[in-house]
Amino acid sequence: MSLTDLTIRQLSQALDEGATTSLEATEAYLQRIEDIDPIISSYITVTWGNAVEAALASDQRRAKGQKLGVLDGIPMALKDIFCTEGVLTTCASKMLHNYIPPYNATSWKRLQEAGVVLLGKCNMDEFAMGSSTENSAYQVTRNPFDIEYVPGGSSGGSAAALAADLATFTMGTDTGGSVRQPAAYCGVVGLKPTYGRISRFGIIPYASSLDQVGIFSKDTWDCAAVLEKVAGKDEYDSTSATTPVGKYTEACSRGVKGLKIGLPREFMAEGIEKRIITQLHAAAEKLAAQGAEIIDVSLPHTKYALPTYYVLATAEASSNLARYDGVRYGLRVEKDNLNDTFLATRSAGFGNEVKRRIMLGTYVLSSGYYDAYYNKTLQVRTLIKRDYDEIFASGIDCLLTPAAPSTAFKIGEKTDDPLSMYMSDVCTVPINLAGLPGLVVPYGLLDGMPLGLQLIGPAFSEETLFTAGTALEGERLIPPDIIEQAKAKGVTK
Amino acid sequence: MAISLDDVDYVAKLAKLSLAVDEKEDYARKLNSILQYMEQLQDIDTKDILPTTHVLPLENVFREDELREGLSLEKALSNAPDTQDGYFKVPKII
Repeated sequence: MSLTDLTIRQLSQALDEGATTSLEATEAYLQRIEDIDPIISSYITVTWGNAVEAALASDQRRAKGQKLGVLDGIPMALKDIFCTEGVLTTCASKMLHNYIPPYNATSWKRLQEAGVVLLGKCNMDEFAMGSSTENSAYQVTRNPFDIEYVPGGSSGGSAAALAADLATFTMGTDTGGSVRQPAAYCGVVGLKPTYGRISRFGIIPYASSLDQVGIFSKDTWDCAAVLEKVAGKDEYDSTSATTPVGKYTEACSRGVKGLKIGLPREFMAEGIEKRIITQLHAAAEKLAAQGAEIIDVSLPHTKYALPTYYVLATAEASSNLARYDGVRYGLRVEKDNLNDTFLATRSAGFGNEVKRRIMLGTYVLSSGYYDAYYNKTLQVRTLIKRDYDEIFASGIDCLLTPAAPSTAFKIGEKTDDPLSMYMSDVCTVPINLAGLPGLVVPYGLLDGMPLGLQLIGPAFSEETLFTAGTALEGERLIPPDIIEQAKAKGVTK
Repeated sequence: MAISLDDVDYVAKLAKLSLAVDEKEDYARKLNSILQYMEQLQDIDTKDILPTTHVLPLENVFREDELREGLSLEKALSNAPDTQDGYFKVPKII
């Protein structure tokens, strides 16, 4: 075991016992980032100096008996969508190539107050739009389990960094599956909490009625420990919920005996690989063997979730991204007058997928199409949400589904076919539309690539998801040696 | 509702994007295939269904109207491409 293999719980214990220091762990990670990340390309920015400073401060707190909690001194990373005061925040876009936020995202501030050490900012699809991290304006991130495959997206850098042991835990955001799908592809735990559970203040917005901060971790307990620190009301985000924060780590050991777990048949329909459905049934049996009751259920509007998502998300994005005008921050391509400056700035600053979504969103909101597309879709969203409300009202505690219709695909395989790329989110988008929590837990390898399963619960039922997730998870999945892979496949740093 | 090249021009104008000629054709093709996929939503009967704009049962959120410190002028302008006398500066409007 090396320091970079450890979970939060293991590293925190080693720090408590004096077996290591935060500085030693931080330096081990920075060394590994230097060695491996030229191949994986999971970080856009590495915060070398700040990391060492934060680690030293943590070690001093421990020495004085002033430890802040289980996260004190733990090296971690953020998706490059979290505003970090004084640290470059690009959202993987040329538009923000020089943006240094003058303030901190609330979730990041809470982690700082818990004593974590920031190693850097992770790669992503530009403005969180994508399912493979290939839409980054800076670099293509590789999947640690096979470096010719994508890590998923949009939080692909955060998922790949964690799977490759380049951080103890990482943070992402999830609008339609951007934490859960890459968690599944990279064999790590990924949580999208209930809409409103974590403050979104300081998160660069994509689609505000769907966006939520999420967590990547090496096991379920770690995920619970991070949620306990970042969840809760924030007066700077009026959509953050006042519902009390749960006892998430405690919930991990409750056991699934008596839990009613639904298997929705629509998540085993055409388009989902057969071998994944086979594993889903095996997982259900594993939970049944521990005393859970497995019940077949139906969510009839599931097939409409993906088109609904792409109408609403693009509509909201076209409005949210109107702020990039070259006036207050970010790129400016200066022309003779203001309108030409807007046009030149936005055309040079945004990548193709971002432009496509702005165009689509502008179209569905334009006069003459607004009712047919946007209003109609808001009504369909009600029907999708109602399916879940009814299932949970009938006494089902949570649902078990695949996290994605397949395992990771090859780099370049879907870049020219947006619709086929969108399909990889078919299992995750309904949960954002309904505002529910979803927890993805790795469930073994299929032909060497990780498989992830998803647990879905009613709003604010994260405790139940941690209970079921702990019962479901096995040994952590370890990717093959990265440097050996690069040699074998002729990939140069 | 197929998107024509004229529609692409019109929407690009609304979205403040300028597209090259070959880009326009590519956008028209890809947007049409996505819109065609979205057409299936028209099959659903949504009569008398209320739209969902927000999933949480939230009402307006208020707080006391107290004076607090915000971002300083210096910080607020720190990322601006051009400033003058404490203002954001832009090229002439017309």
